[in-house]
Amino acid sequence: MAKRVVIVGGGPAGMQTALELKARGIEPIIVERDVELGGKVRDWHKLFPSFTPASDVLDPIIRGVKSAKIRCFLGQEVRAIAPDGVTLRSEERIHADAVVVATGFTLFDAHRKQEYGYGLYSNVITSVDLERMMNNGRVTLADGSEPRRIAILHCVGSRDEKVCQRHCSKVCCITGVKQAIELKQMFPTADVFNFYMDIRMFGAGYEELYREAQQRYNVHFVRGRISEAAQTINDRIQIKAEDTLTGRPLRMTVDMLVLLVGMNGNRDNESLAASASLNIAPNGFFEPKDSFRGAVCSQREGIFFAGAATAPKSLADTLAEASMTASTVAEYLNHKYNTR
Amino acid sequence: MRNINFGYGISRPRAIDIDNNDLRKSNAIIAEMPELQACIGCGSCTASCTAGNLTEFNFRRLHTAVRRGEYKGAYEDINKCMLCGKCRLVCPRGINTRALIMLIKRKLGDF
Ligand SMILES: Cc1cc2nc3c(=O)[nH]c(=O)nc-3n(C[C@H](O)[C@H](O)[C@H](O)COP(=O)(O)OP(=O)(O)OC[C@H]3O[C@@H](n4cnc5c(N)ncnc54)[C@H](O)[C@@H]3O)c2cc1C
Ligand code: SF4
Ligand code: SF4
Ligand code: SF4
Repeated sequence: MAKRVVIVGGGPAGMQTALELKARGIEPIIVERDVELGGKVRDWHKLFPSFTPASDVLDPIIRGVKSAKIRCFLGQEVRAIAPDGVTLRSEERIHADAVVVATGFTLFDAHRKQEYGYGLYSNVITSVDLERMMNNGRVTLADGSEPRRIAILHCVGSRDEKVCQRHCSKVCCITGVKQAIELKQMFPTADVFNFYMDIRMFGAGYEELYREAQQRYNVHFVRGRISEAAQTINDRIQIKAEDTLTGRPLRMTVDMLVLLVGMNGNRDNESLAASASLNIAPNGFFEPKDSFRGAVCSQREGIFFAGAATAPKSLADTLAEASMTASTVAEYLNHKYNTR
Repeated sequence: MRNINFGYGISRPRAIDIDNNDLRKSNAIIAEMPELQACIGCGSCTASCTAGNLTEFNFRRLHTAVRRGEYKGAYEDINKCMLCGKCRLVCPRGINTRALIMLIKRKLGDF
């Protein structure tokens, strides 16, 4: 009989792991909290660094899951995990020979940085709001007009003790560069300013895109973190920063402020981890067995990880890791059942 | 040989001379407040600073200079601070900047 693996989370990591397990003759079952498969990427418009439409990557994976007839429990949340299965919020138990945790991340709630006025000022939006606007085909200010001057702020809800998120979210710098270019493509006469503390371009083609933003699109990069934003009487936003490279305080008024929100660990990571004696790293994500050969293994035999559940990751890294997870799980099952 | 005056004077070199700067005070400050080492130079403290808006005072630049052993003018400069504490509210590294100001004052005051 085919060995069965329960995969917690039906985002890109969970689906890709499922597809590759299925191809190896193993029976995967996906449990997804949402009523749809796809995870966060469903909301993204075009992907860095190539501007590939997100649906071009996501849709074939979802179709693959459907055509492979992989069983999916949608709208079901996993409450506890163990090497021999999972328990749903409904108290139903699904038995398995191994479990993969592919629960991804949670977006930082920008309301928590009150000094930037998200939710208070109508033209302060997040990078996620901007992706959704682009998916809806129209980016405008709250009154329907076009922005002429836009500021993009890096590290919102990352690298910040004040919100207990010390880690770097890794993908927001390149997202900020990508969105700056997209804004310049939409509004060629607008001025776009990225406010950063450090620019982290870790992936292939990222540094080149940064340079393209500077040279070809004339995006301005200011090294300084915005300390606060305030709405002016005509719904514009006044921001304050230090231009650290000239050593002087800087003030400017913009039409739109885009906050690059970070990736946080899920709130229920603690309780899921406790249910199976797994470790949570200080950054709030699941801690893998080690960072090298055990990057998809947990501290417990029979429980594995895939994707952004263990750290902020790009989609490319997530999919590559899912392949590694599938082969590691297959090897584990082989070893377990052939040596008995 | 006759000394020819080319019109150039000898001015103090502009480089920060870590080899010759006296880092003892700087080290003493860091020893008392090791969290200062965590500064990432983001400038939030300077951006929010009331004194920095009105005068040349730049708190990020000042405490960075002090860490490098550049104390000249620092004590006089830091007296422009009104100890309002706004900088502490915004520091992403959670540095107690207000306490740092008091510490720098104390350490540099007994020069
Ligand atoms: C603003 C932004 C833009 C980005 N743009 C790009 C880009 O352009 N290119 C790129 O390569 N990457 C991009 N990324 C990164 C990309 O989104 C991630 O790499 C990807 O989403 C990770 O996939 P995942 O499956 O690990 O996690 P997720 O997408 O978070 O999926 C996890 C799934 O698990 C489900 N789940 C969680 N807990 C439970 C539970 N207890 N029970 C059941 N189900 C559960 C969730 O509902 C979710 O559907 C971006 C990220 C951000 C924040
Ligand atoms: S990737 Fe860039 S914007 Fe995101 S947390 Fe890291 S440094 Fe900040
Ligand atoms: S405490 Fe001093 S340095 Fe800090 S914001 Fe107030 S005046 Fe500026
Ligand atoms: S706000 Fe904090 S981290 Fe930023 S420059 Fe000032 S002391 Fe350094």
